Amino acid sequence: MRIEWLNQGTIASASAGAATSGMSRRGFMKAGAVAGGGLVLGFFMPGAGRWANAQQAPAKVYEPNAFLHIAPDNTVTVQVNRLEFGQGVQTSLPMLIAEELDADWSQVRGALAPAGDQYKDPAFGIQITGGSGSIAHSYTQYREIGAKARQMLIAAAAEQWKVPASQIKTSKGTLIGPAGQKATYGSLADAAMKQPVPATVQLKDPKDFTLIGKPTRRLDARAKSTGKQTFGMDFKAPESKVAVVARPPVFGAKVAKFDASKAKAIKGVIDVLEVKTDRGGSGVVVIADGYWPAKSGREVLAIEWDTSGVDKVSSAKQVEEYKALSQKAGTPVRTADTSKLAGAAKKISAVYEFPYLAHAPMEPLNCVIDLRKDGCTVWAGSQFQTVDQGAIAATAGLKPEQVVLNTMMAGGGFGRRAVPTSDYLVEAVNIAKVWQAAGHTQPIKVIWSREDDIKGGYYRPSHVHRANIGLDAKGEIVGWDHVIVGQSITSGTPFEPMMVKNGVDATMVEGMGEPYEVPLNLTAHTVKANVPVLWWRSVGSTHTAFVMETLIDEAAHAAKMDPVAYRKKIMGEKGKRHAAALDLAVAKSGYGKKALPKGQAWGVAVHESFNTVIAYVVVASVKNGTPKLHKVTAGVHCNTAVNPMTIEAQIQGAALMGLGMTLPGAAITLKDGVVEQQNFSDYTVARMTDMPAIDVHIVPSNDPPTGMGEPGLPPLAPAFANALFKLTGKRLRKLPFDLQSA
Amino acid sequence: MITLNINGKDVQVDADPSTPILWALRDNLNMTGTKFGCGMALCGACTVHLGGQAIRSCVTPISAAEGQKITTIEAMESDKVGKAVQDAWVKIDVPQCGYCQSGQIMSATALLRTNKNPSDAEIDNAMAGNICRCGTYQRIRVAIKDAAKAIA
Repeated sequence: MRIEWLNQGTIASASAGAATSGMSRRGFMKAGAVAGGGLVLGFFMPGAGRWANAQQAPAKVYEPNAFLHIAPDNTVTVQVNRLEFGQGVQTSLPMLIAEELDADWSQVRGALAPAGDQYKDPAFGIQITGGSGSIAHSYTQYREIGAKARQMLIAAAAEQWKVPASQIKTSKGTLIGPAGQKATYGSLADAAMKQPVPATVQLKDPKDFTLIGKPTRRLDARAKSTGKQTFGMDFKAPESKVAVVARPPVFGAKVAKFDASKAKAIKGVIDVLEVKTDRGGSGVVVIADGYWPAKSGREVLAIEWDTSGVDKVSSAKQVEEYKALSQKAGTPVRTADTSKLAGAAKKISAVYEFPYLAHAPMEPLNCVIDLRKDGCTVWAGSQFQTVDQGAIAATAGLKPEQVVLNTMMAGGGFGRRAVPTSDYLVEAVNIAKVWQAAGHTQPIKVIWSREDDIKGGYYRPSHVHRANIGLDAKGEIVGWDHVIVGQSITSGTPFEPMMVKNGVDATMVEGMGEPYEVPLNLTAHTVKANVPVLWWRSVGSTHTAFVMETLIDEAAHAAKMDPVAYRKKIMGEKGKRHAAALDLAVAKSGYGKKALPKGQAWGVAVHESFNTVIAYVVVASVKNGTPKLHKVTAGVHCNTAVNPMTIEAQIQGAALMGLGMTLPGAAITLKDGVVEQQNFSDYTVARMTDMPAIDVHIVPSNDPPTGMGEPGLPPLAPAFANALFKLTGKRLRKLPFDLQSA
Repeated sequence: MITLNINGKDVQVDADPSTPILWALRDNLNMTGTKFGCGMALCGACTVHLGGQAIRSCVTPISAAEGQKITTIEAMESDKVGKAVQDAWVKIDVPQCGYCQSGQIMSATALLRTNKNPSDAEIDNAMAGNICRCGTYQRIRVAIKDAAKAIA
């Protein structure tokens, strides 16, 4: 598998500057025909893509390559080069095209594009939904497509009306001529298709936006409120059968022997087979007419496992090992003079612990696979089409262009559908292979139960942080020695060359230090453990923001300064947007002005991730020993706010997920290699009763937009912890929170 | 064969009597609006109404539903309260990934049938069994109140 993007930015922090168009560098845009007529704007990769390898050149129809299709009935269909899994891109990317196209928004539809070279992220160079980059990286790309299509429509109208193009205006899907001529986009779509695609195009001045920046309801809200939306879990290929897998109890273990007689006796069970599973292990797959017989069959399998030869992690032991390791310096990440630490007037010493976390999206993992001799079609809610297409091909013994990967609407993901090893899709190919070897031909739908999901690995890694901070008599930080211990997410994957810098995974240490001008000396230990780990919404910032923002709060307290004033004092030039977001949250919350009811306290935190800064001012209390978060006021700096309605939703959702990390039971633990949790009964996620009131305020800006899917998560838990310190005098250094043992 | 009454129609289901309503709907009847989330009555994604009560279809076998009326998300557009809830969901822009929302709407509709003007606490308690991993709870509260107004 070749990945060509490894020298361009990082997943964790792709630069906002990447929002420039990648088109001129990588390919060219082309108009084309489609069955049923209309204007189609595609984006073609010279010498690449499915047609480059086909026996013959494409005929007239090449709809799959399109970004934009204006049909004769005026419907505007935008191919979304991302996975929609709640973050709203199926609405906000079409908004970008519609803005520059001057489309009638009521006629615009969004569709999820399949795997294809033309749909690669312009900054990452692979097709991916990650790094909060969907809008940030495709902002100019999608606007240019809309603007070019508009120019072609204008050119067609100018030709038809025999007037200069400069005299034609557009509004809401209609072309308007100087003498009052009118034509809908659909009526001129065929004529526009014959026009050359403009090489360059002038994009709108933000002051002329009519759609970007306006709160806009989701295009999929009705389908998702009526049960009509088809998710991957709802898709069936003709004749497809359902597969449920008994995976090894320890990652990478194998089946020693198994007895399938009871399972095969269940009505509806078709076959029971041994199959390769992730990390070199093996399991037993039960394939049946439906999920219930398949799962019932799995329950009565008698399997003897061979767990020799695989490491068996125990969380309690691992934490102690991490703590011991954190006493020594690791690999340098950033260096600073810590000579004043020993003689500092005040000192802060802290050890933090973070557990493994499962993503637990509401839709458990699933996919449908139709494996043939000369090709393979897969339907999956993939966040990682390029990687997954390659992995499916390699496992099936096919070329990537022989694999059609259809992107299905997904019920959440939070990182779990972007796996460098493509674990669940590789497993599906292996199931299809043993199924066919056993003489069957039907397509297979693999369904994971919730237990499979919770126990299935690919967790946010566990971490220990150790900090020693010295302050002078005035409260200024004069030395800060910091060690992080944890597993690397990308080591051993195709992402390693880009993400591992000087021996340390960037995703382990991102979010440390900036924007504060502090003498932070940071090292890290990378530990290998037999637990698969993965990015989890906001990745490294899930732990670094907590550590940074609680320590800065502690320093402010030691300095006897207000925590907002202290933060602003030590923010350097890089903290301008932090200060703006913080000021907005402070102003809107009433912090420092409004008196809170007895028993409630303020907490503050601010953090940048994926180039977006979020400040939270929260109000919390403790009742009967249980922390409660009442209110959150958010200050958001994401530059241009493309769809404020989605931004509000993303902040509310990410903040709640951040709150979820603090709740009792929000941890994955292992004992002798076996994951101890299994379902929502023992792996806690936030419920309605946990939801605080969250007010979202956005700092106005016309700069190119930055990430939105993840940045709302990191500052919530530290803001909550800082409020709880004021109420209890206790510094919470372990997640999930436990006031009693703190 | 077990006869089930689903959304006012009798249908024959050829499945083992232990089969949960959820899988009879999804696999036998191709009614996929009702979602699988946990299989243990812990998340509420599979909520349907059985005899007018909100129940978790992932743990309720079809044998327990014989002779009773099962109502699913597919029938809500023609239900006065259900339609008001759906309209409020769209107006308030509740769904994110949307996977849990069928269950949320079935729970909210059951709540509004028995409590026409629920308080925040009553909403929270009635909805606490429905997990939304995207965190749409705040908008769900607003939308339930909006629907309550619409049907008042």
